[in-house]
Amino acid sequence: MSKVGIVSAGMTKFIRRAQETPKELAFEAAKAALDAAGMTLDDIDCVIHGTAPEAFDGIHMKGEYLSDASGGWNKPYIRCYVGGGTGVFAPIHGWLHIASGMFETALVVCEEKMSSCQPHPQGAFLTIFDNLIERPLKPNLLWIFAMEMNRYMNTYGISVRDIAHVSVKNKANALLHPAAQLGAEVTVDDVVNSPIMAWPVHRLMVSPPSDGACAVVLASEKKAKKITNKPVWIKGVGWNLDTSYWTNRDLAYPEYVEKAARMAYDMAGIREPRKEINIVEPYDPFAYKELHHLEGLLLADRGKAPELAIQGISARTGNMPVCPSGGLLGVGNPIAAAGLMKVCELFWQLREEAGARQVPGLPKTGLAQAWGDLMQVGTVIVVGRD
Amino acid sequence: MHKDLRGTHLSKKAFDNNEISTTLGDPHAYYEWDTGMGIGRFLQGLKEGRIWGTHCDTCKRTVTPPRVFCELCFSKNITWRELKTTGTVNTFSLCYVNWDATLIKEPHISAVIEVDGTSPRVGFLHLLNEVDPQKVCIGMKVEAVFKDEKERMGDITDIKYWRPL
Repeated sequence: MSKVGIVSAGMTKFIRRAQETPKELAFEAAKAALDAAGMTLDDIDCVIHGTAPEAFDGIHMKGEYLSDASGGWNKPYIRCYVGGGTGVFAPIHGWLHIASGMFETALVVCEEKMSSCQPHPQGAFLTIFDNLIERPLKPNLLWIFAMEMNRYMNTYGISVRDIAHVSVKNKANALLHPAAQLGAEVTVDDVVNSPIMAWPVHRLMVSPPSDGACAVVLASEKKAKKITNKPVWIKGVGWNLDTSYWTNRDLAYPEYVEKAARMAYDMAGIREPRKEINIVEPYDPFAYKELHHLEGLLLADRGKAPELAIQGISARTGNMPVCPSGGLLGVGNPIAAAGLMKVCELFWQLREEAGARQVPGLPKTGLAQAWGDLMQVGTVIVVGRD
Repeated sequence: MHKDLRGTHLSKKAFDNNEISTTLGDPHAYYEWDTGMGIGRFLQGLKEGRIWGTHCDTCKRTVTPPRVFCELCFSKNITWRELKTTGTVNTFSLCYVNWDATLIKEPHISAVIEVDGTSPRVGFLHLLNEVDPQKVCIGMKVEAVFKDEKERMGDITDIKYWRPL
């Protein structure tokens, strides 16, 4: 299997409503990544596009719609989609393309423009519920997150206040991210006193709807070393899907994330993830999800992840920085692009190019994870400097 | 990455001043979904005031909503079983917003309910009512409240909601 490296990354700002069309956003991110690598589209062998439901744009076959903006014309082109898990699934697809030996270079682009969907982007999620026995109950997306969070809290005796520390950390981290939509200095009190949207979810525990795009360029070992003297290598990948009967699952523990993580750790030769992973970018569309996922990733004991934020272990300067980018809670959540933003962050952090938000201590290995579909898919990527 | 970050924020002011160009679309397609062999029989049961589940004879697991194949052992070793119309709250939420972000004063109480007679942790989504929202708790015993027989249509809403036992 050929070794695969990330050789460049690019992104747009994450914005509540962008003037640019989805194509224009995708182009800006793709072009930024190519420019950063000193490459042109002629240097790209294949293109992978990630984007979430058609319902956001009201445009069917979004992969085809976005193919020109992603540089996909006249090339082997594929769109991949596992809901919120897409942003990490897309670079996994890029890895598959190159590791197979079929291609030397791949451009991976993830785009989401949620704001076109009126009167609110949440409307795009209404059709994810079972059409026969759930939709007649008029559910909205908050329900399932709130119920999962409640089950998680109840199982382990965790409080809303414990979880609020994640919002405080991520929003503060985002203040230093130039693309961030919601960087802010907030206190634990601000979070627990913010309006209850769906108990136990409070407003400051939710990521916003966003518009934005991200891109990375991947290359085979030989090619990567020619493009840059600091490639960031893809050491492990994993993905796993649980049942779509979401009410039949253990809502307190994301087993599918653990299965995806174990697959990635095995491939990367990681035996003690808590010692070997220096930076974590778990998927944090809601504050509790960062904790839920850290446990699934085996980076915290079950029910104990809140301690990491409370004790400052997951702070940017802590022993295991978590979401140094600012995460979805701070940078924003243009669904597919948000997951790839996490991979971009690891790329910049491991190359020590993260500027003001650089994690100290020469981090060697990072992990990004995304999650989605009907709360049932885990996608994991482990990257490292050597 | 930092010096040339692209993306143009649209401000409320720009909308108020009519400076923004948009187009509208409103397709009028609608769907008519066949309920199938599993859910069809489940919904017919609701019309009769009954809750049906299925038991996988290989996995020894009883589930509702019922299914005609077991996704775990991938077989059709299924036996239909009538369940009780009582259950336990696995988890719940008090929701104060509609999907379009408008506010609700009296919260909608959504819940995952484990129907008595199913295997552990096999619940389905429904609503709670006739209860003080602040008194709802995980583990609460509840019963299904059906619509009047002549109003039932073979729909999940034939159960109006669940209330404390």
